Amino acid sequence: MNTNLNISNSEYDNLISQKAQKSPILKNILLAFLVGGLICVLGQFINNKLMGFGIDKESASAFTSIILIFIGAFLTSVNLYSRIGKFAGAGSTIPITGFSNSVVAPAIEFKSEGYVLGIGANMFKIAGPVLVYGITSTVILGFVYYLFHFVF
Amino acid sequence: MKIGKQTIKLESKPCIYSTSSIVGPKEMQGPLAQYFDLHIKDVYFEEKSFEKAESKMLETCINNLLIKSGITQNDVDIIFSGDLLNQCISSGFAIRNFDVPFLGLYGACSTFCEGLLLSSIVIEANVAKQVIASASSHFCSAERQFRMPLEHGNQKSPLAQSTVTGSGAALITNREVADNGIHITYVTPGKIIDLGVTDMSNMGAAMAPAVFSTISNHLTDTGRTIDYYDYIITGDLGIHGSDMLYELFKKEGIDISKKHKDCGVLIYDEENQDVNSGGSGCGCVASVFSSYIFNELKAKNINKILLIATGALMSPVSSSQGESIPGIAHAIAIENEV
Amino acid sequence: MDIILTYGKVFLTGGLICTIGQVLIDKTKLSPARILTLFVTLGVIFTFLGIYEPIVEFGKCGATVPISGFGYSLFKGTVKAINEKGILGIFTGGVTATAGGIAAAVVFGFLASLFSKPTIK
Repeated sequence: MNTNLNISNSEYDNLISQKAQKSPILKNILLAFLVGGLICVLGQFINNKLMGFGIDKESASAFTSIILIFIGAFLTSVNLYSRIGKFAGAGSTIPITGFSNSVVAPAIEFKSEGYVLGIGANMFKIAGPVLVYGITSTVILGFVYYLFHFVF
Repeated sequence: MKIGKQTIKLESKPCIYSTSSIVGPKEMQGPLAQYFDLHIKDVYFEEKSFEKAESKMLETCINNLLIKSGITQNDVDIIFSGDLLNQCISSGFAIRNFDVPFLGLYGACSTFCEGLLLSSIVIEANVAKQVIASASSHFCSAERQFRMPLEHGNQKSPLAQSTVTGSGAALITNREVADNGIHITYVTPGKIIDLGVTDMSNMGAAMAPAVFSTISNHLTDTGRTIDYYDYIITGDLGIHGSDMLYELFKKEGIDISKKHKDCGVLIYDEENQDVNSGGSGCGCVASVFSSYIFNELKAKNINKILLIATGALMSPVSSSQGESIPGIAHAIAIENEV
Repeated sequence: MDIILTYGKVFLTGGLICTIGQVLIDKTKLSPARILTLFVTLGVIFTFLGIYEPIVEFGKCGATVPISGFGYSLFKGTVKAINEKGILGIFTGGVTATAGGIAAAVVFGFLASLFSKPTIK
């Protein structure tokens, strides 16, 4: 028999895509929509309650974020957020609770390597890029905004 | 003696005298539960970290092998062992407690067969009489090294394989020292084959071409056909990777699907265990061979198998740098004296 | 009736933003870390372009709770600070506006790591 692979990389790639089991995209989308929507509704509910206590809009919105981050952190630490993520996908990744999960999960995970080089150094392993690119793009575009409004 | 392009014929027919296996809680819920020697109830195995747990698992497994074989560590000439962790720490730390020369191996999930292969060669060369080959993996230590933290909420691709928590060890002996009729007759070390697959969650497809290459070279070198063997058993192609292997053989006009079993498919119940494409990791083929398959050989339910462990030789670093996934597969022909 | 309509809009907006993320995950193999980064950056850019503000007015928390809303807060804070403090605001505005969230994530992450350890079911 022929011992050489009679197949080019691109042919093999095509073969893989033909045979590969696809993600159940419709189900995934539906769950992401539902869970993502519900987390936002929870946020709105918290926000409305806070404003009902007479807290101003800006503070209420900051408090809402902090409370949601707490909820995400809590669910992560009781080993629940990973289960939610398994079926909700982006529905639990994209809301701020998912940001919290991506900070807390490595913090818990790397405790075995110590407080400084474990927790401290790895906490932003996943969420670090969010800050890096969020802040960088803000500063660059802030500079552009400044040029347009104050210089020209 | 080397025959053909890449196969070694073992004139002395080294014997696989006994085996030992230990697995984690999830594997114990799978269909092979009754065959494993030992299992751990908790993934931490009373240790502080997953790495320590994995080492302890391997150490326990090797100790169990010595007991089962009725020998002490002084009777063992060399231990070949490997795992998935950086610098092979599971093996190193497990075997530091033994007073036996240690040779650490890395072949990703192919490590167990690499160990069997080297063991049988040193026996053939008559430089050792009794040698241990072992390998281990742990779902949690592998996840944190190769993927995401355990508590991070994300979805796995349906093509992804799930690392087996388990260890397996085998005692390979010179037949004059101990013989039970189960012999290694040929070994075919594999070449690295890379068809440019870059998807880290599709290891099965990345490794299938290496398996094809090793099997076809083995058959050509030995002059055998697929039909010679009762089973061709691969170590961790998973469901999707096995499919890809069938496709590659189909192109040559050969149907191997009826002769083929995959340890990654055997170890879990794919319907109910949420493992996507099946199991993987050094511990998968090691624990499945050391339990179920070795049992079947001993019971003479199967007599001639070609065991092929497959490895994906990448790391998170190489993948981040855009490299594809090189595959490797080593074949061991194991035959019962009939 | 108004309140139900508001929550409906929040649900719809938040759900749709997450749906876009899910389609990207399933279709492009982008990892969750990349999705988060992409969304926050797009949040900043869309706010700069004036596209995100109307979405927030319509969807409220449906647009601010997703991570793109973090980008929205970053840029909105920057604009406010520039208007108040001039050029310094470019650097101080964004992080000031989001400081609560960042500090909360760090502290809760640290506390969680003291009391919890990872496991699998």
